[in-house]
Amino acid sequence: MAPVGIAPVELERPEADVVAAPDTPWITIVWNDPVNLMSYVTYVFMTYFSYPKEKAQKLMNDVHTQGRAVVSAGSREEMERDVTAMHSYGLWATLQKDD
Amino acid sequence: MAMHGFRRTARDRIVLRTDDVERTILTALVLQLAELVRPDADALDQDPLAAMVGIDPFAVTPDDPALHRLFPDAYADDEDASAEFRRFTERSLRDAKLAHAGTVLASLERSGSKITLADGEAHAWLGTLNDLRLTLASRLDLQADNHESFYDLDQEDPRFPLFQIYDWFTFLQETLVHALTGLISEPPAPDAGS
Repeated sequence: MAPVGIAPVELERPEADVVAAPDTPWITIVWNDPVNLMSYVTYVFMTYFSYPKEKAQKLMNDVHTQGRAVVSAGSREEMERDVTAMHSYGLWATLQKDD
Repeated sequence: MAMHGFRRTARDRIVLRTDDVERTILTALVLQLAELVRPDADALDQDPLAAMVGIDPFAVTPDDPALHRLFPDAYADDEDASAEFRRFTERSLRDAKLAHAGTVLASLERSGSKITLADGEAHAWLGTLNDLRLTLASRLDLQADNHESFYDLDQEDPRFPLFQIYDWFTFLQETLVHALTGLISEPPAPDAGS
């Protein structure tokens, strides 16, 4: 009778399609704002994501000149973690499905 | 105000020289920031278990634009998902910002004119300086397309003292990032903001 208790758990997974299709990841976007310093944004990308200085500076530059940059990609849970971290640093970040 | 920035000493310490006026202003504004980000006491009392795990079942999108900037929506075009995210993360985020402010206040309280940051304090200072700048920018309605005009404010303008403080915090944050990493922000290009 054990399977009776297991089946509903499987049915209730809301992100089943994401879990089954890792090739459609979620992304974290950092948006430009007039307050955050270029050096600080680079520092955040180096510190939190452990990106090398060159990559961090390129992403910072994209934010500054294009208004936004995709800074990470992965599962929805991972992106929610990254967005929370960006908010804790004071950067303006959102996550969305990468379609 | 003497207007010194953070610097790294020969002994590899991060130091800021301040005068009494600067420490008074810093302390007052960090205390205000702490009150702004402190989780709502009523919500804390409602559900101790939720509070313990960082969930605020009553967290809603803030009306105050400064708070909205400190705690932005996580989904650009999905209000329901943003609201859900807020209930599960805003309490922890408020606690983290409050802890940063507490660390800054502690280093101010134990220091005289020379503030030497202990290990790990620089991160809290950077976060708090950034939160203060976001809050002041929101109060000043500072935008990308009007940023430069603030440097020409008349001294009689009610926004003048607030912008002086914002500009000073910008200087402190810039020098602290530089002392930590050697990074500097490039000066804005002549056509910046266009």
